[in-house]
Amino acid sequence: MLGHLSIPGVYMRFSRLWLLMLALFAISMIAVACNGDDDDGAVASGETLKTVLDRGTIKVGVKDSQPGFGNLEPDGTFAGQDIEFARALAAALFGNKNQVEFVVASAANRFELLSSEEIDVLIRTTTWTSSRDIDLKSSFTATTFYDGQGIIVNANSPIQSLSDLEGSTICVTSGTTTEVNLATRLGAAGVNHTALSFAGDAEIIEAFIAGRCDAWTADKGNLAGQRTSFPADAGGSAALRILPDTLSKEPLGPVVRDGDTEWYDLVQWVVFGTMAADELGVNSQNVTAMAANPPSKDIADLLGASFQGAPVSEFGASLGLSPTFMQDVLFQVGNYDEIYQRTIAQIGLARAGSINASWLDGGLIYAPPIR
Amino acid sequence: MIDRALDLELGFGFLSGPGGFNFSNQWLTGYDSNDSRLGAYGVGILNTVRLVLIGIVLTTILGVFAGVARLSDNWLVSRLATLYVETIRNTPLLIQIVIWYTVVFLQLPKIADAVNILDVFYLSNRALALPSLAANGAFGLWAIFLAIGAVAAFILRKWLLRREERDGESLHATTWGLALFVVLAVVTFIATGTPLEPNTPSLHVTDVGIRNITGGLQVSPEFAAVLIGLVIYTGAFIAEIVRGGIQALPRGQDEAATALGLSGYQRMTLIILPQALRIIIPPLTNQYLNLTKNSSLAVAIAYPEIIWVGTTIVNNIGRAVPVFLMIFATYLALSLAISVVMNSFNRRVQLAGR
Repeated sequence: MLGHLSIPGVYMRFSRLWLLMLALFAISMIAVACNGDDDDGAVASGETLKTVLDRGTIKVGVKDSQPGFGNLEPDGTFAGQDIEFARALAAALFGNKNQVEFVVASAANRFELLSSEEIDVLIRTTTWTSSRDIDLKSSFTATTFYDGQGIIVNANSPIQSLSDLEGSTICVTSGTTTEVNLATRLGAAGVNHTALSFAGDAEIIEAFIAGRCDAWTADKGNLAGQRTSFPADAGGSAALRILPDTLSKEPLGPVVRDGDTEWYDLVQWVVFGTMAADELGVNSQNVTAMAANPPSKDIADLLGASFQGAPVSEFGASLGLSPTFMQDVLFQVGNYDEIYQRTIAQIGLARAGSINASWLDGGLIYAPPIR
Repeated sequence: MIDRALDLELGFGFLSGPGGFNFSNQWLTGYDSNDSRLGAYGVGILNTVRLVLIGIVLTTILGVFAGVARLSDNWLVSRLATLYVETIRNTPLLIQIVIWYTVVFLQLPKIADAVNILDVFYLSNRALALPSLAANGAFGLWAIFLAIGAVAAFILRKWLLRREERDGESLHATTWGLALFVVLAVVTFIATGTPLEPNTPSLHVTDVGIRNITGGLQVSPEFAAVLIGLVIYTGAFIAEIVRGGIQALPRGQDEAATALGLSGYQRMTLIILPQALRIIIPPLTNQYLNLTKNSSLAVAIAYPEIIWVGTTIVNNIGRAVPVFLMIFATYLALSLAISVVMNSFNRRVQLAGR
């Protein structure tokens, strides 16, 4: 075979081919390098807002399989608390809650989507932890739901508490804080178990119904949602029972990339704005009337209206938004409580009396003052 | 700045930190969530290697049978083989693996209704549990005797083969060599005091009533689904390679063997396959490499191989670039090892002078 190479004509053709390949390689490397230069600027402060406004839509990484938080409904629309906050951001940015593009993110690829700028903000039941905040170069803006890890079993299962899990097989989503918590908590309690880690909820439901695992662990908000939508032919919601134990703290909320503080502030204050409106009693029904005639300076500042002839607050302008952006958010989407009642309350998790009640009612939902 | 955005942190210090997660499938190891991430990655490598080694053996057997069957004179056998090859190689492997898992292995009886044969064999969708053998202290001594037995059997076979060539008469050299090995193995097994003990699985019920099966050899439905999926998929390609290799031989080879009075089995094993092997081996190596790389699809059904471990680590602490470099290097090393073995085998079966 090698003998053929010594024929001059063939050899010439080979070397020319190599030269062509080398040239193509060099061109592609230059193209990559140029592209890299463009990317360099994109994480600078303020760039994300500019990109989003130029594009005319905001790209939000969401979940599509968790009722109450981020779920793809049978009619093809997205619904849930995370989805509502994405719409609130679109309303604040464009005055239109529909100028949002949902990108389905998995537990495993969500931070890659965020860091590679495929999405502008990640609102996908993502737990705020130190390692994610620091190592994953992301910034958690605000907590929209205080969750905790729970365990769900078949209603007729003998498992009543964590210690009963000895010798069991437990289904969990791979690459989640839940997976790590499970190993830590049960390891510390000396409970031997087998953790079976699947890529997503759909796969777990399949395996759980088949009896592959005795229990399934996830955030309680997730489990409550999965319970309400559990397939009827597998017994419906009555076939499942959530254990009283809470294994961890899971504060969930929108996440942005490190490095763009203007964008971080914008996302954070739209969320706080919905909480402040709840505290002040402004909702989608009365926002127009209150903007026309604000009953207090706090409400006027929130809505970007003039209070008794005083100049309009700089709240909206300082975020790079219209002064009246909160009017759009509240009119089109609603305040924190309206969002909660429309989404999470529907999966059986009442707000009153829970840690997700307003601080005025003894809960943890608290907006810093707008002034 | 792009370094920050894409998390291009090189450096492997993070590997010494604790993994924090547990494995559902482990082979030869006892990994615990407090062990290092490097250890977790090692478990992933072993899980991949186990899949690849068993997969290559089984898919070769299946592929050779299916390839020969496609050329069978029996109408039914050849049509069935064609049906197998054409349906399997023309549909995506990922779908096949998911179907094997959800439609076949997850539908096995639940643990409460596990099939129990004589208290030593259990079948449920938790695991297929079989009796196995566990080594004890005397195993090392017996292993030495086994090695001696293997050498003796090899020498006997070689000597008988030489006499066969001289006298032109079959003396069943391989059968006698194997017989000697088995006799020596059994005698020394008794002499060293049973170095292997039976390890039978048993059904265990905890105080609260959770059932699980402990002991024995346990095959998880995840492993079984990926293995069967890979074996059947790759086997369809190997069948075509084998068929092509056989059909590439001049027809005269088969006719001459028939004229010499060889039986169908003898024609295939003594004349056709040894020659076809020369044509088959290079493309067969490709299929082994494909099987190795396709084993990464196991991640779809919770079998913890290296991609599963890698993405779990990335999702917990970032460091995507070093982790994916490790995965890249692991597949490269595995594939090169297979290539080296297959290339040396290829050199042995090639005709001298070509």
